[in-house]
Amino acid sequence: MSTVLLPPRHYLNDGYGVRSWLLTRDHKRIALLYLAGVTFFFFIGGAMAVLIRLELATPPGDLVTDETYNKLFTMHGVMMVFFFLIPVIPSVLGNFLVPIMIGAKDLAFPKINLLSWYIYVVGGLFTLYALISGGLDTGWTFYTPFSTVASTTNVIPAALGIFITGFSSILTGLNFIVTIHRMRAPGMTWFRMPLFLWSTYATSLINVLGTPVIAITILLVAAERVFHFGFFNPAVGGDPVLFQHLFWFYSHPAVYIMVLPAMGVVSELVAAGCRKPVFGYSFVAFASLAIAVLGFLVWGHHMFVAGESVYSALIFSILSFLVAIPSAVKVFNWTATMYQGAVSWETPMLYAYGFIGLFTIGGLTGLFLAAIGVDVHVTDTYFIIAHFHYIMVGGTIMGYLGGLHYWWPKMSGRLYNEGLAKLSAGIIFIGFNLTFFPQFVVGYLGMPRRYHAYPPEFQVLNVLSSAGASILGVGYLIPMVYLMWSLRYGRLAGSNPWGAVGLEWTTSSPPPTENFTETPRVTWDAYEYPASVETDVA
Amino acid sequence: MPPLFPERASTIAARVDALYFFLLAIAIFFGLLIAGLIVYYAVKFHRRSPSAVGARIHGGMVLEVTWTVVPLLITMVIFVWGASVYFAMAHPPDETLNIYVVGKQWMWKFQHLDGQREINELHVPVGRAVKLITTSEDVIHDFFVPAFRVKADVLPGRYVTIWFQPTRPGRYHLFCAEYCGTRHSGMIGEVVVMEPNEYETWLSGGAAEGSLASAGAKLFQDLACNTCHRPDAQGRGPMLEGLFGKTVTLQSGETVTVDEAYVRESILTPSAKITAGFQPIMPTFQGLVTEEQLLALIEYVKSLQAQPQVTAK
Repeated sequence: MSTVLLPPRHYLNDGYGVRSWLLTRDHKRIALLYLAGVTFFFFIGGAMAVLIRLELATPPGDLVTDETYNKLFTMHGVMMVFFFLIPVIPSVLGNFLVPIMIGAKDLAFPKINLLSWYIYVVGGLFTLYALISGGLDTGWTFYTPFSTVASTTNVIPAALGIFITGFSSILTGLNFIVTIHRMRAPGMTWFRMPLFLWSTYATSLINVLGTPVIAITILLVAAERVFHFGFFNPAVGGDPVLFQHLFWFYSHPAVYIMVLPAMGVVSELVAAGCRKPVFGYSFVAFASLAIAVLGFLVWGHHMFVAGESVYSALIFSILSFLVAIPSAVKVFNWTATMYQGAVSWETPMLYAYGFIGLFTIGGLTGLFLAAIGVDVHVTDTYFIIAHFHYIMVGGTIMGYLGGLHYWWPKMSGRLYNEGLAKLSAGIIFIGFNLTFFPQFVVGYLGMPRRYHAYPPEFQVLNVLSSAGASILGVGYLIPMVYLMWSLRYGRLAGSNPWGAVGLEWTTSSPPPTENFTETPRVTWDAYEYPASVETDVA
Repeated sequence: MPPLFPERASTIAARVDALYFFLLAIAIFFGLLIAGLIVYYAVKFHRRSPSAVGARIHGGMVLEVTWTVVPLLITMVIFVWGASVYFAMAHPPDETLNIYVVGKQWMWKFQHLDGQREINELHVPVGRAVKLITTSEDVIHDFFVPAFRVKADVLPGRYVTIWFQPTRPGRYHLFCAEYCGTRHSGMIGEVVVMEPNEYETWLSGGAAEGSLASAGAKLFQDLACNTCHRPDAQGRGPMLEGLFGKTVTLQSGETVTVDEAYVRESILTPSAKITAGFQPIMPTFQGLVTEEQLLALIEYVKSLQAQPQVTAK
């Protein structure tokens, strides 16, 4: 192995002042700004989860009042969904990688990219203020007429914070779509793109098409609350179920906004971890688009017990089964990719294994919910809580952490402590399952969600879940420590520490501000490995 | 040892559980298949030298088609099965014991036709199909009895029906399953399933005020409904005898079935759907009658069907 030096000029030493960060137009620096933002909101949302699990360790509501408990789970949901899960992978990894992966110098609209971050931060702080200065007790779902008539908490400030943040999603989505269409390097055809870009592209479509609907819905809620228009309140002629249609028309596709980018990351991790092409490249690519399209047609499965007609329930049920197929196709293709691979046991691949396992459980339990006869019993219980945490935490966060570990050497130029990283990946996997698996059982037993107090026969399962949450919390803190530590003390990474292919591994670590010293010309397909590879580690 | 599986106390519960176990078998099979393959491949194909690369395999059409079509067929079987269970849940039998339910922050109110009223406790006989006609006074609630595998949102401004047939006497949890504000987790109660003879005893013990329909009849007079809705077809409003369940033609030429929702709407928003041949002269009773009074009036209108002679004088 050759001696590795930091490149003399790279994006991190291109200016050190506050202005060089807060006024940057470099997509890589903006990615790091987002990294700071999403990490901040993740730990706030996580702290709420800790308090929720502490309260639920005992059956009576004895740690906090019912009012406080309702505000805690609302704050947990709002922070995690709107300010962590939706932006996390596109804004951090997508921002860093989209231009580099297609061989471009930056995104199509660098100033708009910076604007997106400012909108995100303003929206986030606005919402945070609303939640701290009195709180919000509607749940992240804002169901009417409770949110428009009955709740006495900060509905409008919180809703406006989410409204503002939506524009950040729209602008980022637009930026990615234009960039992927217009700025690919010579020879980088659509079907030579890494699969991460296909899923980022599909996600961006959902962001651009879906987010305006939630924005309108939020304005209608605000209008009904302030001016007493009868949109949703039946006492003045509205329909409370109309809100749910509008809300889930965005919020179901939002689930795919959260998980599609993680699927894209996993495709990259599996290809690099096996050093071979992803099995069925075009099937995986089109599965992303199929999920994005079908994802818009299944919102009614959130409403099987909400007063929906029998026949619309049937339509939404069958469509929900159809949307499961492309996800299953992806899982099979990732697994098949491992066959005759040079399979790695390094940290990014451990996260990929974790993602596939947990996402499979999340997806399979989704079949229970698409089957209306079973959904009637388990909806609004802890079964649902477990299911969507398997998708969003087991899926999205595992994918995100895997991607963060895989591209960390590129982003920072340095390697983290592999032993600690493996250890924390294991802790997270065990803690996650201990937290959420018992919730499937207690959900089928009938424990409703959003309950501050519960009957004593549910306690054992809840204690297991709370114990798991404390393990999971530790697992999330460890990477914070060793990743920060690596920034200063980590070994230098070199341009290609994994021996992976992909344009991002052809430039220095960290890359120069303009990403490539000369524009690459692409003459090869994605994941085309030579007969043997050299790793480039100090 | 705490329970790991819920009690099964209604006719539908066994059907829900059967599908649940089928799904569980599918989930375990595919879960173990994927996990097993990952572990097996991770060990068997573990990278042995730092420069090793994998085989150049790009895909295979046969496999792609197989793992698209097989899951599709399996999910279609689940769809049909799940839909058939749901159909049974959605369609109550013709002969049911009807009980009215009103949800409000944060309690359940039950109104039996014989006049008994209960709060957070519902007594029903074993072996009979029970139909609940539910509404909410304020926000959305949800009537959930895990042992019956029955759940439905209880909506303000609408009547949602839920039915179940208890199979075992006992006391079962009743939960509000739709978040409804501060004391949501306190909006709980019990369904008490009794042997038929015990139920009869219980039923005869409570009713002090007469049947729900008779309460409706008194209200019908008190609100002076009877000045216009007369039994002799001479009134300024439609004759209500025998009306419930019929189809009437509106001024607009549309037709509407007279059900609970239509009677409710006609009391609260009389001008919305005027019966052909009548003037829009009825005042609104919005704010003048409670949800429970509305239910009494509806039950009274229903009762007029069987015995057209028994009318308010």
